[in-house]
Amino acid sequence: MHELSVAQNICDIVQQSVPKNELADVRIVRVKLGTFSGVVADSLDFCFSAISAETPLAKAHLEFEHIPFAVRCNHCQKTFENDIGFMVCPECGGAETVILSGRELQVTEIELENEEEKTI
Amino acid sequence: MSVITVERKVLEKNDEIARRNRAMFSERHLFVINLVSSPGSGKTSILERTLEYFNKRVKVAVIEGDVQTDFDAQRIARYDAPVVQIVTNGGCHLDAKLVEDALGSLDLSGVKLLIIENVGNLVCPSNYDLGEAMKVVVASTTEGDDKPLKYPSMFQNASVLIINKIDLLPYVNCSLETLRNNALKINPSLKVFETSCTTKSGISEWCSWLEQNTNR
Ligand SMILES: Nc1nc2c(ncn2[C@@H]2O[C@H](COP(=O)(O)OP(=O)(O)OP(=O)(O)O)[C@@H](O)[C@H]2O)c(=O)[nH]1
Ligand SMILES: [Mg+2]
Ligand SMILES: [Zn+2]
Repeated sequence: MHELSVAQNICDIVQQSVPKNELADVRIVRVKLGTFSGVVADSLDFCFSAISAETPLAKAHLEFEHIPFAVRCNHCQKTFENDIGFMVCPECGGAETVILSGRELQVTEIELENEEEKTI
Repeated sequence: MSVITVERKVLEKNDEIARRNRAMFSERHLFVINLVSSPGSGKTSILERTLEYFNKRVKVAVIEGDVQTDFDAQRIARYDAPVVQIVTNGGCHLDAKLVEDALGSLDLSGVKLLIIENVGNLVCPSNYDLGEAMKVVVASTTEGDDKPLKYPSMFQNASVLIINKIDLLPYVNCSLETLRNNALKINPSLKVFETSCTTKSGISEWCSWLEQNTNR
């Protein structure tokens, strides 16, 4: 529901990470997205295009790396993944577990098209 | 193609302000909870019963978050507690900055416990740290017993579950046991209370637990 403000944050991060005169060269913004990041990839993509249109970032688009929800059991030390959010260990029923991943919402890389590539 | 490595959290700004809030809370020895639920589960009603129970013995301040109106703040003001209303104007959650700004207009002298009632929404508030010590999620019997499975993120993130409106159990299609088990499958370390704001059943258990944690 708050994909618009998340998209705005992503634009801000890109603008802070790339020199002004190279912003128009940005093609791909890679985003790590955990199963329980709370945002919907398609919707975020849509909001990003809407915000970046008619800005130097108009040719940029988001690419997502989906990160599964993973939990480690402190009792049997096993690691397990699921996409329904269960934190009880399926092996031993252990309740003392720690979330290893699945909540990511992170900009990892920005890809730019170089001068040479443009002229070819 | 050339690549710039970034590795930045998209919500880093929020997290930074949340850290600032948390440092301020700890400096003031203030216990802070973030009360979350879907709209109408009974967050404000639980607050009212809580203020009534403490009857100023434990000094409580309240931050109310709603999309529109200051109705909830008006309800709280009747109990003579310092309260400030945040109107998000469409925003689906409170964020750390809104809370930081609200703190400016709240008289915290003598206050031991700050309760932040988040916007009624079982999805978005789970991703925004406000600087609280813990999230308390309210699920009411009228919502059915499957909510923890449908909105796992909120239950993963919470430390306490209050199952509210238990007075309505005879009239609704909801099993208390199923609701509790579903929540514990998502997050086995949840501390669970069962309350009714109408009959006040379970309110004293919840309040004594809250008081103990406030004084820790
Ligand atoms: N029968 C019954 N009704 C309740 C109980 N708790 C709250 N209600 C009623 O449920 C409705 C919503 O309660 P609120 O306390 O306003 O809920 P809320 O979660 O603060 O709602 P929002 O702030 O709008 O999200 C009101 O009509 C309350 O009187 C309860 O334990 N039993
Ligand atoms: Mg309310
Ligand atoms: Zn195990």
